[in-house]
Amino acid sequence: MKFQLPADEAGRLLKASINGELPDARGRFGPFGGRYVPETLVPAFERLEMGVRDYLHDADFQSEYRKELREWVGRPTALTHAPRLSERWGTDVWLKREDLAHTGAHKVNNAIGQALLAKRLGAKRVIAETGAGQHGVASAAACARVGLPCSVYMGAVDIQRQAPNVDRMYRLGAEVVAVETGDKTLRAAIDEAMREWVTDPSGIYYLLGSAVGAHPYPYLVRELQSVIGTEARQQMIDQAGGLPDAAFACVGGGSNAIGLFYPLLGDDVELIGVEAGGTGDGLGQNAATLTTGTPGVLQGSYTMILQDEDGQVQETHSISAGLDYSGVGPEHALLQATGRISYVSASDDESLEALEELCETEGILTALETSHAYAYARKWSQENPGKRVLIGNSGRGDKDMPTLTRFPVRIRTDAS
Amino acid sequence: MPVSKRLTAAITTANVQGRPALVPFITAGYPEPGEFINTLREVAEVGDVVEIGIPFSDPMADGMTIQRSSFVALQNGVSLRWIFDELEMTGDLSTPLVMMSYLNPLLAYGYEKLARRARATGVCAFIVPDLPFEECDELRRALESEGLGLIQLVTPATPDDRLKTLVAASRGFVYAVTITGITGGDTGLPDDLAEYLDKVSSVSKLPVCAGFGIRNSADVENVGSHAAGAIVGSALVEVLESGDDPRPFLRALGGK
Repeated sequence: MKFQLPADEAGRLLKASINGELPDARGRFGPFGGRYVPETLVPAFERLEMGVRDYLHDADFQSEYRKELREWVGRPTALTHAPRLSERWGTDVWLKREDLAHTGAHKVNNAIGQALLAKRLGAKRVIAETGAGQHGVASAAACARVGLPCSVYMGAVDIQRQAPNVDRMYRLGAEVVAVETGDKTLRAAIDEAMREWVTDPSGIYYLLGSAVGAHPYPYLVRELQSVIGTEARQQMIDQAGGLPDAAFACVGGGSNAIGLFYPLLGDDVELIGVEAGGTGDGLGQNAATLTTGTPGVLQGSYTMILQDEDGQVQETHSISAGLDYSGVGPEHALLQATGRISYVSASDDESLEALEELCETEGILTALETSHAYAYARKWSQENPGKRVLIGNSGRGDKDMPTLTRFPVRIRTDAS
Repeated sequence: MPVSKRLTAAITTANVQGRPALVPFITAGYPEPGEFINTLREVAEVGDVVEIGIPFSDPMADGMTIQRSSFVALQNGVSLRWIFDELEMTGDLSTPLVMMSYLNPLLAYGYEKLARRARATGVCAFIVPDLPFEECDELRRALESEGLGLIQLVTPATPDDRLKTLVAASRGFVYAVTITGITGGDTGLPDDLAEYLDKVSSVSKLPVCAGFGIRNSADVENVGSHAAGAIVGSALVEVLESGDDPRPFLRALGGK
């Protein structure tokens, strides 16, 4: 069952979204979002919401945040033209290089922002969850930067497949807590972080890594990640001579996608989110929440989720740990329902191929998550020759080497 | 009369007998689905109210014991539909039942059908740990239209003005979470428990039942002098896990 909005309601909500009026006071993006959390955490969420209201757009906070983005994260990140990929695809391809941000992915934009907020709110320590380990690394680094202890919850399965990042977190001074419960991936890590948070809701700051969960997280994370789209929009005008015809980003929880897309919502740009198609369409074979899921409540938010008919949340499969999640940010659920953003999927195999193609044409080893965006952008390009394309290159692929070494390098198709 | 009042009456009856009401919690269909009704009958023999846990894939407010029981029950095919079917075949137990469920299985089932079937199977109220007051209107209305209640949870972290709102909105009894933490903790009950339970009891017209971290007769006695009832979850699930008859364990805690 797809979620249907009446046409006039869809139009009204899209307009509100473009005008920055969402989420509403109850943390809703139309029917999606909200705050479904245990009573023990309600005061903590209210405190966080108040902190977001008081500090996020405060001039002092913003100037400190901007300074950290500039001097510590290394922003603005480059917009890179991809001439050899463009020649192959028949479109004019531009890459927004979040892989060049400190720690190697867009995650750091959010992590340093929330770490500064945690400091302002007087937290004694920070907890975070991680899937691919990029948010864990970014949180560990950001906490070291602001001087707060950090514990990262990570599923045992992810610890296996993202080993380099686990070591990085340790070296950056974080404690890594292996989560052996549930599906032992990102969803279980979030559950476990929430369980830890309820033991000391006033002393702990929960640094959530994606635009998911209960209000105000989807809003907070979007605000901190929108720097991606804001920069990319201006860079496209300056370097490419105009806005793209289409923009692509991979979607797990959806933080890099909302960061890239949000500032482009009001423009005449086709926006396409690419989910993890895994090995097939069946429940459990993929993590394509928006393309194959149904509405429900998961981890604090009413959104699209992968569940069975009894409302039990299903395990997912993706070659990429960062997309391997049964839910998605509620704002994406709304933007899908309004028709403003299309959500599609790319399979494990297509993504691996796209990763190799980018390596050999542009000398960029991108993350397996990001490869999904390339895989679909490539297909789209075949049907839309001559168009200008922007891809959110959300992170670098060094962390994926343990997975990639299982797949032999394919025969070079372009020996030049 | 709303059926949620059966809960209030059962707890008051225990109190009139000079003891705190005992509210045992079981995860439906754990450890063996085939034993569900048998276990329920045994537990209902001693308990004043029985809380039936609906297994869920993401039990975020629960500790290891309930998580484990929940996952095993799901693996064994336990679902809300199955539970209602089993309860229907059982007939009246005379002990009133409450269901504890995370929100998503209830959403998937549909609120109206949920309220109807719950009423028909002796369920008097629901406890939904991930549904705070601000989000609960729709479910509360659906339940109350069938005379069922939505039991509100309060915690030591709940501010005083919010406490009054929650207590007033609750039906059947008020669920006072004893600790900031998850179920099944072994840290013991907090030192200022008496003060907290007295505060909740003083603002509540309904009986207050304390839950989380209650594991033995000393704990029941401890909360019993400041609350109308004690909810025993993880400790009982551990007894069931080992295959023992739950009745001697529960009788040692009090109960009817």
